[in-house]
Amino acid sequence: MGLLSKKDAALLKDPLTDNNPITIQVLGICSALAITAELEASIVMSISVLFVLGLGNVVISLMRNIIPSKIRIIVQLIVVATLVIIVDLVLKAFAYELSKTLSVFVGLIITNCIIMGRFEAFALGNGPWRAFLDGIGNSVGYGVILIIVGFFRELLGAGTLLGYPVLGNPIPGELSGLYAYGYENNGFMLLSPMALIVVGLIIWIQRSRNTSLIEEN
Amino acid sequence: MEHLELFFKSIFIDNMVFATFLGMCSYLAVSKKVSTAVGLGAAVIFVLAVTVPLNWLLDQYILQEGALVWLDPAYGVDGADTMDLSFLSFIMFIATIATMVQLVEIVVEKFSPSLYNSLGIFLPLIAVNCAILGGSLFMQSREIPTLGLSLTYGVGSGIGWFLAILAIAAIREKIRYSSVPPALRGLGITFIITGLMAIGFMSFGGMLTGGDEAKKETPKVATQPENKTDKKEAITKVIADNTNTNNQ
Repeated sequence: MGLLSKKDAALLKDPLTDNNPITIQVLGICSALAITAELEASIVMSISVLFVLGLGNVVISLMRNIIPSKIRIIVQLIVVATLVIIVDLVLKAFAYELSKTLSVFVGLIITNCIIMGRFEAFALGNGPWRAFLDGIGNSVGYGVILIIVGFFRELLGAGTLLGYPVLGNPIPGELSGLYAYGYENNGFMLLSPMALIVVGLIIWIQRSRNTSLIEEN
Repeated sequence: MEHLELFFKSIFIDNMVFATFLGMCSYLAVSKKVSTAVGLGAAVIFVLAVTVPLNWLLDQYILQEGALVWLDPAYGVDGADTMDLSFLSFIMFIATIATMVQLVEIVVEKFSPSLYNSLGIFLPLIAVNCAILGGSLFMQSREIPTLGLSLTYGVGSGIGWFLAILAIAAIREKIRYSSVPPALRGLGITFIITGLMAIGFMSFGGMLTGGDEAKKETPKVATQPENKTDKKEAITKVIADNTNTNNQ
């Protein structure tokens, strides 16, 4: 990449694979799981986090020399809360139904550990450009997992993707597609516990492929 | 009676960890040993019991639409200068929580050094625990009617979280002696166990209602926008019916 030096490119790429915020750093699980029953909600959530983390990292990084270290948590919380209010108002204005589905989980981006974690670990010690790349990289890494989980849960649970039926028509009497062969939706996938199990399986696959990530018991 | 009902509901049915996944980060990070898990759990109960009623007061007297009526009747819901400050609730809640955590830390350090030593490192962590902010936000969105009930809700949610982290810590201490597939060790198996525990906790759903009421977390798809086509609605309805049968 001509635009980015090797080190900068690593900032973008690492969180996607070997340093993924959800499966490796274990940050930001809280809001990640509850809203993944639908693909659409997962995508919107990922974009919201992308916005908040990308911009928040830049703001904190610009202020890093003037924030007294004793009150830095409160300063960080205020910065995030402001950005999240913007996201919340935009969602309410342009996607009202979706903002109802996401309910309090938009607000919970404030305490999403991924955001505080990146502020503490990266933005406080690096310049704005690098902080921006780090924010983008990490929120994309977060989004990828969210979208994978949302994809499988909606596909297997409801037979739809983004609200469109992709496996055929499950209504009795006018069966089509897979349903005509006796396929049934697994409604269980839509319930919250399955999100945990799906993420558990993703972690399993990832660590079997890259054995250096395996933890001690 | 309604206190008791809300209390059990917030512990078991709407359990913070298993039903809404709040506070998962610290739940996963601090559950390796039972003793530390107990410390963090106690701190969460404590902070929730303080911040939920406090944020209830803020919500009721400052943030809600027309809440400023105690200043001047013109600010009432039907008044001339009615105001809706609820867009400020995120920032107000998180500021209250951060301040309270700091305050609690100072007070505990002064009056009970032994408690401080056991809770000490966890208290600052709690300011950014989603369970705390989540408690306040759910209190707001579920429209808890009185101050007393909000206290019950705070304590109940805290105890629910405490139970969850205690259980997973105990399991993780024992699972060390089992042969888990290498790639699943640590985080992976914790996720799956939590998932199984959450399935178990879902069975509490029938406890208060006798099982005849549809569950809260019936598929999100069912509450989708109504402006989509009729066909889509029919499909979601079938899905919802299927899932309800599964629930019961």
